[in-house]
Amino acid sequence: MLIFHTQMLRAGVRCGIRLQSSATASAIASSSSPAPSLGFSFELNDQQKEFQQLARKFAREEIIPVAPTYDKSGEYPFPIIKKAWELGLINGHIPQEYGGMGLSSFDTCLITEELAYGCTGVQTAIEANSLGQMPVIIAGSDAQKKKYLGRMTEEPLMCAYCVTEPGAGSDVAGIKTRAVKMGDEYVVNGQKMWITNGGKANWYFLLARTNPDPKCPASKAFTGFIVDADSPGVQVGRKEMNMGQRCSDTRGITFEDVRIPKENVLIAEGAGFKIAMGAFDNTRPPVAAGATGLAQRALDEATNYAMERKTFGKVIAEHQAVSFLLAEMAMKVELARLAYQRAAWEVDQGRKNTYYASIAKAFAGDIANQVASDAVQIFGGNGFNSEYPVEKLMRDAKIYQIYEGTAQIQRLIIAREHLGRSKK
Amino acid sequence: MSGRVLVGVKRVIDYAVKIRVKPDNTGVVTDGVKHSMNPFCEIAVEEAVKLKEKKLIKEVVAVSCGPQQSQETIRTALAMGADRGIHVEVSGKDYENLGPLQVSKILAALAKKEDAQLILLGKQAIDDDCNQTGQMTAALLDWPQGTFASEVSLEGDKINLVREIDGGLEHIKINTPAVVTADLRLNTPRYATLPNIMKAKKKKIATMKPADLGVDLTSRLEVLKVEEPPQRQAGMKVETVEDLVGKLKEAGRI
Repeated sequence: MLIFHTQMLRAGVRCGIRLQSSATASAIASSSSPAPSLGFSFELNDQQKEFQQLARKFAREEIIPVAPTYDKSGEYPFPIIKKAWELGLINGHIPQEYGGMGLSSFDTCLITEELAYGCTGVQTAIEANSLGQMPVIIAGSDAQKKKYLGRMTEEPLMCAYCVTEPGAGSDVAGIKTRAVKMGDEYVVNGQKMWITNGGKANWYFLLARTNPDPKCPASKAFTGFIVDADSPGVQVGRKEMNMGQRCSDTRGITFEDVRIPKENVLIAEGAGFKIAMGAFDNTRPPVAAGATGLAQRALDEATNYAMERKTFGKVIAEHQAVSFLLAEMAMKVELARLAYQRAAWEVDQGRKNTYYASIAKAFAGDIANQVASDAVQIFGGNGFNSEYPVEKLMRDAKIYQIYEGTAQIQRLIIAREHLGRSKK
Repeated sequence: MSGRVLVGVKRVIDYAVKIRVKPDNTGVVTDGVKHSMNPFCEIAVEEAVKLKEKKLIKEVVAVSCGPQQSQETIRTALAMGADRGIHVEVSGKDYENLGPLQVSKILAALAKKEDAQLILLGKQAIDDDCNQTGQMTAALLDWPQGTFASEVSLEGDKINLVREIDGGLEHIKINTPAVVTADLRLNTPRYATLPNIMKAKKKKIATMKPADLGVDLTSRLEVLKVEEPPQRQAGMKVETVEDLVGKLKEAGRI
């Protein structure tokens, strides 16, 4: 049998192992036998299987071989992003009227999991586009969508979601960036921090406080803006050196007397908070999918290693201590996948999915860290070493418990939703 | 000239899968195993789509012979740019016995039916490694053949071909209609883009049976046994060249 893609073998990840996962098992099942409708299905349709195959192939052949290099150098993976853009793997959420593919949340999550399997640094750079675009998709006027979403499908451009500040992350209502109306413009002053794609974005979604009265409720005090990144007064900070996902571009951004035309206000003054929060219901499922992709990668790498490394006379996978670790890792990965699929499916049905989205994100973020850490453990001394792929996974996993709503904030949300349901 | 190209695509076990022989030694395990398009067929599809993009041919028709799942393979070809598909349904025992002779008869019949100008195939499939279908199809049709092609260019009603042969590269010129089989270095198959995957859903796949083409599927071959290659024996290390020569002499190798 000819060895066709030698990079595949160097990557050391065998597709065969993934056969047992929930998503792939359904991909293998015959698409020809329509099971009687039980009202519930874990089956992907043919198109979804093809999307998944494409993303999987791309991750294996384009992302995995170069991910360690980008991790070491921290260089922005623009060549990969450009290729992914050419294949239509990014900007999936953009509606068809604006040149996008209008994919469902479920479909974009399928793709996201596969890309994250390759490298979550690359996938986060891509996902930040979705996060930045989401406020425009859910709240933009036709003109705003044409202008700012349209350009994303014409060229491989990046955008960013500019909300977090040095002094306010989880407490979004505590942000201090001020936007003051002056004639037909708003003048913005303030500082944002940890903005993914901050240095590469063509435009930002910006949340700023427009009502200075401290007694004004959060639901009325903030406004969402679209800001062109080349606006005078926008000062992009240095690229931050982070623990993981190091090729992703994270920066502080200072706004000094930046003028924004009133046409760039989303919906109206005061509507910003709801828009900023509403975006998360759509973006938390893909983030959970990303964490699941990382966890699946960690599981696959650990499994392959465990079936080769020998100790005390047999492969370590035959020692129960290791096989039990792998079993628990497998449990977590399967459940995380089911969780994000449900969250994505709910929002595709047109329902508010906050409860499921938070559960998926919280769970996937937590297990990604556990599974990555266990993978390092299974690799033993080798796992701690940068020549092996798992230490990168452990470093990359941590941020999943922090961004897009910390693990603690997710629990607040889940408790609120859960108790809210119990009251009825 | 119809400007129509027939591309044969075969559904095979994915190249990355570890093959396992069935316990009864009648074949390999295929149930629940990942399948995909034969890599050489991918190269053939890519070449056909390239020719269409250069406007040298008008239509690319992807053909596959096999069970229902072969339609997935045709869909992949459609997503890469083929215009329509033909699925020749062969299943069960017939499928197990399906080999180059039967497939070449089917392709020959289809080529006549579709008035094809060119048949593009992969040089061989990675499951049986037969390397026969292209040659047999050309013989049945009495058409010229250009096998192991690493470069193909159309010149009017002739094809300039570079073939990879043991001694190096052979340049030939053949008339159309012809059969060409693709070798590894002919091109690098494109990824199907997401929009193309969506567009492929609208493209048609016609289904038919070998009997509709007047093809008899009886096999002249019978598989007696399938077994794993012998386990590789461990080697041994020697300290010096003299030791190596000594050991080789002992083993009767020199």
